Amino acid sequence: MARQIKGSAKAGNTLIAWVIGFVIFFPILWTILMSFHGEGDAIKSPLPMLASPWTFDSYGEVQARSNYSLHFFNSVVISLGSTVLALIIAIPAAWAMAFVPGRRTKDLLMWMLSTKMMPAVGVLIPMYLGFKALGLLDTLTGLVMLMTLANLPLVVWMLYTYFKEIPGEILEACRMDGASLRSEITHILVPLAVPGIASTLLLNVILAWNEAFWTLQLTSSKAAPLTQFIASYSSPEGLFYAKLSAASTMAIAPILILGWFSQKQLVRGLTFGAVK
Amino acid sequence: MGKIVLKNVSKSFIAATIIPNIDLTIEDGEFVVFVGPSGCGKSTLLRLIAGLEDTSGGTINIDGRDVTGEAPAKRRLAMVFQSYALYPHMTVAQNIAFPLKMAGESKDVIDRKVKAAAATLNLANYLERRPGQLSGGQRQRVAIGRAIVRQPSAFLFDEPLSNLDAALRGTMRLEICELHQQLKTTMIYVTHDQVEAMTMADKIVVLNAGNIEQVGSPMELYNKPRNLFVAAFIGSPKMNFIGGAAAAGYGAQTIGVRPEHLNISKTEGQWRATVGVAEHLGSDTFIHVQSDVGALTARADGEFDAQHGDTIYLTPERSKMHRFDANQGII
Repeated sequence: MARQIKGSAKAGNTLIAWVIGFVIFFPILWTILMSFHGEGDAIKSPLPMLASPWTFDSYGEVQARSNYSLHFFNSVVISLGSTVLALIIAIPAAWAMAFVPGRRTKDLLMWMLSTKMMPAVGVLIPMYLGFKALGLLDTLTGLVMLMTLANLPLVVWMLYTYFKEIPGEILEACRMDGASLRSEITHILVPLAVPGIASTLLLNVILAWNEAFWTLQLTSSKAAPLTQFIASYSSPEGLFYAKLSAASTMAIAPILILGWFSQKQLVRGLTFGAVK
Repeated sequence: MGKIVLKNVSKSFIAATIIPNIDLTIEDGEFVVFVGPSGCGKSTLLRLIAGLEDTSGGTINIDGRDVTGEAPAKRRLAMVFQSYALYPHMTVAQNIAFPLKMAGESKDVIDRKVKAAAATLNLANYLERRPGQLSGGQRQRVAIGRAIVRQPSAFLFDEPLSNLDAALRGTMRLEICELHQQLKTTMIYVTHDQVEAMTMADKIVVLNAGNIEQVGSPMELYNKPRNLFVAAFIGSPKMNFIGGAAAAGYGAQTIGVRPEHLNISKTEGQWRATVGVAEHLGSDTFIHVQSDVGALTARADGEFDAQHGDTIYLTPERSKMHRFDANQGII
């Protein structure tokens, strides 16, 4: 029997949910609102700021001062490049762990995940020196490689979880049907795991797009993505709230739009296998 | 061709030996059923033949070729799984065509063979549907269709009917038998259902704890079980086993009498019994009784009238009695 919820309780729960949602979204909303005001108005308290004149000036100034399209291009290359590379490595790895596990597979998975538990700053010096020695500082190649490796444990884990939901008999059937390992992965495994792969892809793109620590440390101009572009408005001359907000809005807009349109796919993928 | 020879085949996992040592020859065109209780190793044995599991020892020959180390695809075998194992993202036509596509067949050949298989299995009207839109029986037919288009040396069936309801199971059983008559290809069929084994097999292999207890035709196993395990496993309802003084009187540790070999009388007989339950099946009545020698089941005519608590007398047919020694072997 379905659980009965009274109308008043339902309304109360809905209100609480909206309030929590609003609190979570408020910083983004406030950033967007500040970006449409002048520097003087942006630092005012909320009501006077909202009452002050609205303007696109901050966007114009940001566009004039910075090369937004270069940073945007770099963000796209880093996030998509690292995601595609991570998937190419992770799909066969997750296949092996899910369908032909060894005695140490569980340990290996835990070890991979444990690498994400260490703070990135812990390896900053060796990474920086390594990048410098290899000539990878401020290069897209270096950042794509770094982001691929940084997110690989998570990608392998997610794909492993999705693949475990696929009945092994289906893969055995395709082996009996004469499929090579490549055909097994491309014709059967990948199409069956599309929701999981899509959500992994989206999550990895979002993580790579928003990555700030490594991009700030290892890039300066040529390979700098949008996170570097935002940080450049927090300058020694002082904080320029309106311009910083405009830069932030321009940086997060693409990923917000992507997230908005793919939310159904994301939720489906993230809950894939929760129920049979 | 489809002669399969297993020599000293064994299979061990880390903690346990599933199949200690098996020798078995399956002749070309035979319908062989592996039967046994859960965990007896019958599915493992089938998977070893298929190549889905590696053997721990011994050799597997198919048509004179040692395939022990070969991949499943190279063995020219087709398998039908218990869960059907259809590709859910493909249509029926694409499912049946998949092995042909993997073999690099031309589109014309694939179309022709898919249509022929679909016609044989009454699937012509469902070719564009996906597995999720089919009933259990139709799905199983698609799985069989996917197997027959390859024209394999042998078909392997791993409990293919256990997910179907009783009525459909009966129909599919007949269809598989007819398919065997039509194709005359070797079929190896795994089941825990001895009725399936009896009705379908040319040859039954009874397995217990990874060992072959007996190999023979259904009637051979029914009439001449080699030991108590086979006698107990083959036949429905099960054979009655009687020990103690009654068995000793026949010079045995245990005697076995099938329900149809107990003569029933309401007035006199060897063993006095009280009726517990009478199952009226129409053509037959199975009477479950508590007797002088323990619980027994007897088969009577459909017309036989027996009620709970009635007293009846049972007399075993001496010529149809099975006698077992202390090691449970037949005497």
